[in-house]
Amino acid sequence: MKRRSAVAGVSLLLGGCDGTPLGYLDPAGPAARAIAGLGWGLIAISAAVCLIVLGLLSYAIGRERPPDSGALGGGSDRKAIRWIAVGTGISTVFLLGAAIWTLWAVRSVTNATTPPGLIIDVTGHQWWWEAHYRSNDPSREFTTANDLVIPVGVPVQVNLHSSDVIHSFWVPRLAGKTDTIPGVTNRTRIQAEREGIYRGQCTEFCGLEHAHMAFFVVAKNPGDFNTWWDHQLQSTTVDAANRGEQVFLDKCAACHAIRGTPAGGILGPNLSHFGSRTTIGAGALPNNSENLAYWIDHTQTVKPGSNMPSLDLPADQVAAVTAFLEGLK
Amino acid sequence: MAMPLAEDLRARERIKLQEIWETAPGIYGWFATVDHKRIGVRYLCTAFFFLLLGGCEALMMRLQLAQPNLRLLSPDAYNQLFSMHGITMIFLYALPMLSGFSNFLWPLLLGSRDMAFPRLNALSYWIYLCAGIFLYVSFPLGQAPNGGWFNYVPMTAKPYDPGLNIDVFTLGIIFLGISTVVGSANFIVTVLRCRAPGMSINRLPILVWGTLTASTANLFAVPAVSLACFMLWLDRNFGTNFFAVSGGGQPLLWQHLFWVFGHPWVYALVLPAMGIVSDALPVFCRRPLVGYTLVAISTVSTMLVGFGVWVHHMFATGLPALSLSFFSAASFVIAIPSAIGVFCWIATIWTGRPRFDSPFLFFAGFVLLFVIGGVSGFMTASVALDWQLTDTYFIVAHIHYVLLGMNVFPVVGGIHFWFPKFTGRMLDERLGKWTFWVMFVGFNLAFFPMHILGLIGMPRRVYTYPGGLGFGGYNLVISIGAFIFATGVLLLLVNVARSLRSGAAAGPNPWDAPTLEWSVPSPPPPYNFVSIPIIASRHPLWEDRLNETDERSILGSDVLLDEGKETLAVTALDAEPDAIMTMPGDSLLPVILALGMSVVFGGMLVVNWWAVSVGAVGVAITLLAWFTPRVSGGAERQAING
Repeated sequence: MKRRSAVAGVSLLLGGCDGTPLGYLDPAGPAARAIAGLGWGLIAISAAVCLIVLGLLSYAIGRERPPDSGALGGGSDRKAIRWIAVGTGISTVFLLGAAIWTLWAVRSVTNATTPPGLIIDVTGHQWWWEAHYRSNDPSREFTTANDLVIPVGVPVQVNLHSSDVIHSFWVPRLAGKTDTIPGVTNRTRIQAEREGIYRGQCTEFCGLEHAHMAFFVVAKNPGDFNTWWDHQLQSTTVDAANRGEQVFLDKCAACHAIRGTPAGGILGPNLSHFGSRTTIGAGALPNNSENLAYWIDHTQTVKPGSNMPSLDLPADQVAAVTAFLEGLK
Repeated sequence: MAMPLAEDLRARERIKLQEIWETAPGIYGWFATVDHKRIGVRYLCTAFFFLLLGGCEALMMRLQLAQPNLRLLSPDAYNQLFSMHGITMIFLYALPMLSGFSNFLWPLLLGSRDMAFPRLNALSYWIYLCAGIFLYVSFPLGQAPNGGWFNYVPMTAKPYDPGLNIDVFTLGIIFLGISTVVGSANFIVTVLRCRAPGMSINRLPILVWGTLTASTANLFAVPAVSLACFMLWLDRNFGTNFFAVSGGGQPLLWQHLFWVFGHPWVYALVLPAMGIVSDALPVFCRRPLVGYTLVAISTVSTMLVGFGVWVHHMFATGLPALSLSFFSAASFVIAIPSAIGVFCWIATIWTGRPRFDSPFLFFAGFVLLFVIGGVSGFMTASVALDWQLTDTYFIVAHIHYVLLGMNVFPVVGGIHFWFPKFTGRMLDERLGKWTFWVMFVGFNLAFFPMHILGLIGMPRRVYTYPGGLGFGGYNLVISIGAFIFATGVLLLLVNVARSLRSGAAAGPNPWDAPTLEWSVPSPPPPYNFVSIPIIASRHPLWEDRLNETDERSILGSDVLLDEGKETLAVTALDAEPDAIMTMPGDSLLPVILALGMSVVFGGMLVVNWWAVSVGAVGVAITLLAWFTPRVSGGAERQAING
């Protein structure tokens, strides 16, 4: 009970889960949970060590001493060294304990016995994330970007690739980091215990816009997840009368793709069903019409250095393409 | 048996030795000096200047990060600033600063008249200065290194970073590495050969153990990073494929080579600083260090284990769990020698009678910061937990507790301690205490909250961060703390400037300290010792009062060596007199060689073969002159006994 309240006290210091969406000591998946337990344990040991040393140091400095005779020396080292041996022995026991606990946590994170219920190929790009959902039925595979929707309670295997430099895939409340390295396919596993939106972040310095390379894992219950997947497979219909779509095909399609339209660019994120995404520009702005209109004309202000130019379109074209993209739910 | 010399004879000796050892006056002497004390002071001043530069870079970053979504700096400017901050502090400040202390102090601590290779010593400084300038001239041109001090490939490969930025980094690090390697070789030979008779290895001050260990490690570690940088330079300029995936290369190879260097290097940055504490803290506790042998063994064993932990920088790279577990376990083990050190320092204070002079405050503060940096290292050693901690502000907190707590605090304490020896004047004690408290409070305010920021998930190396993640408040406190810390550094500068003008005269031994450097005047004469001391214990100046044995060191022996620029060589372990070495006089060759190398590296930077050739010919001619045997006075005289 006492320990619980101590943990709660520190939790308060570290912020509640609402205030700190990247706080991994408040886990929401089995891998993060095993690590969070270890984390709290090692924090407790560390804090205790600091306090003990502070106490020893303060006492050593301030303790009562016989009046100063001006003489040198503090007598033989032997007694002090016996205490040093005791202190070192105790430290070693705790180090050994921490090492064993660590190995246990590594095992519980990496030794997954259940087969994954879903496989997603995630590719890190400067500075956004591409996600390709795998299926046994090739007609059900599709590509999306920056939002990963997963079913609650299902272990999801994420195969990690990079198209350019090294990035690192991190959803703190679900699992630890794994780098995406060109030429190498790393694997990690995420699983959400309950519905919610979990923020993810690139954590390997990857150039100018490393700061704006977030993504979101959206955990839905399995029924909603299947509905979402079916919906993702629906193509946008070509509509020559839709002004926004025409502007998009004219100005954006060289880099961006939308399923069902001639837009097939692969340099930027796939924008199919963009209207249902959480953010614009891999976490640069929340996704709404106002922000999108601003983004299209001021990309280099919002995310300087990104590969998308500020388009500088006439206002009516911005409005049309914004309406078109936001309509792609 | 050596007999003490009469005073008037001693005065005549001083004049004679002064004439033999004094550097020539004027500009020539300024460039040509090989006096280890002048070189040491240059190292200290240059490294401190780089500390100020790196500090200003940090303050600019802290302004940018004080609140979410600030736009004071462009991402490109921020990336250059944080890269140069790391490069400056790690390469241009931390080790050169310690080299400065060791350069000045070693011969004085060891009872020698100079380092083993005085011209190599000068060369090591000039190369350091040239390499520092080489790395910095690109800054005003907007082409400073921008890939972090770790410089991960492929982000730093040509396709992703086409400017000169990374070539400046690779060549600058190779250039600086030459300075480190020749300096390290000089330290190692010096400790093996240039000691006073009787200064056996169990009587070496811990600072000597620390620098010896660091220097030995550097000989093994630096070639790894020099090689990696050379390979990257080839990849970038000549299309080799060491790291390029498209040509069958491996990006992870860079990380292995870099951290095989990088981790031992971090220990090289702290072990000599820990040596400063182990030697100076006991002076203020009025007793010898508790557990001298334990501390010396801990120093060496930390470095040995330190070569087996590099993969803990790569826990998230997807290496197999079994190998990660090995490196995780090794990273836990390395805490044991550190724990021994901490207990020894505390026991020294406990059983001693502390005197609260300003250096003591820095050393006692260091012990606490060392432990905080140590336990955060213990947390990151845990591979599973590190999957969360790595690349967050928790690591930024950790590295700053390590590098500021374990390097800057001992260094500033060491400046307060040895300033009288360096200059002959005392620092102001009241201002010194203010300096400590302002630095200590500012430091903890700036860096402790970073632990919490890391635990709530703030990634490092981001030029800005969004609101709503809980980061803003902590970052504001951190920025305020950084400026308070900077104020502390300013106080130190004020203190130094005031004392240089009007500080109280120090006398040879103001702290009543036990080691040899305090037996000579402050500042020491060019020849250090009138006669070579003969050593009988670890505390030559405390022997009569400690009365541990009947043996006594002889500080006024009749071993004068006044027939030329000579010092004594001893056997490696027991310090038996072995030979008399004739030392080189003033020489312009070191500075010329460093300039020639600068031309070579400048030519390589812009890939201009004419410049490279001109520089290389200059280097070759200088080396020929350097290695031409000296005709007169070079014959080693027979070893003397007793």
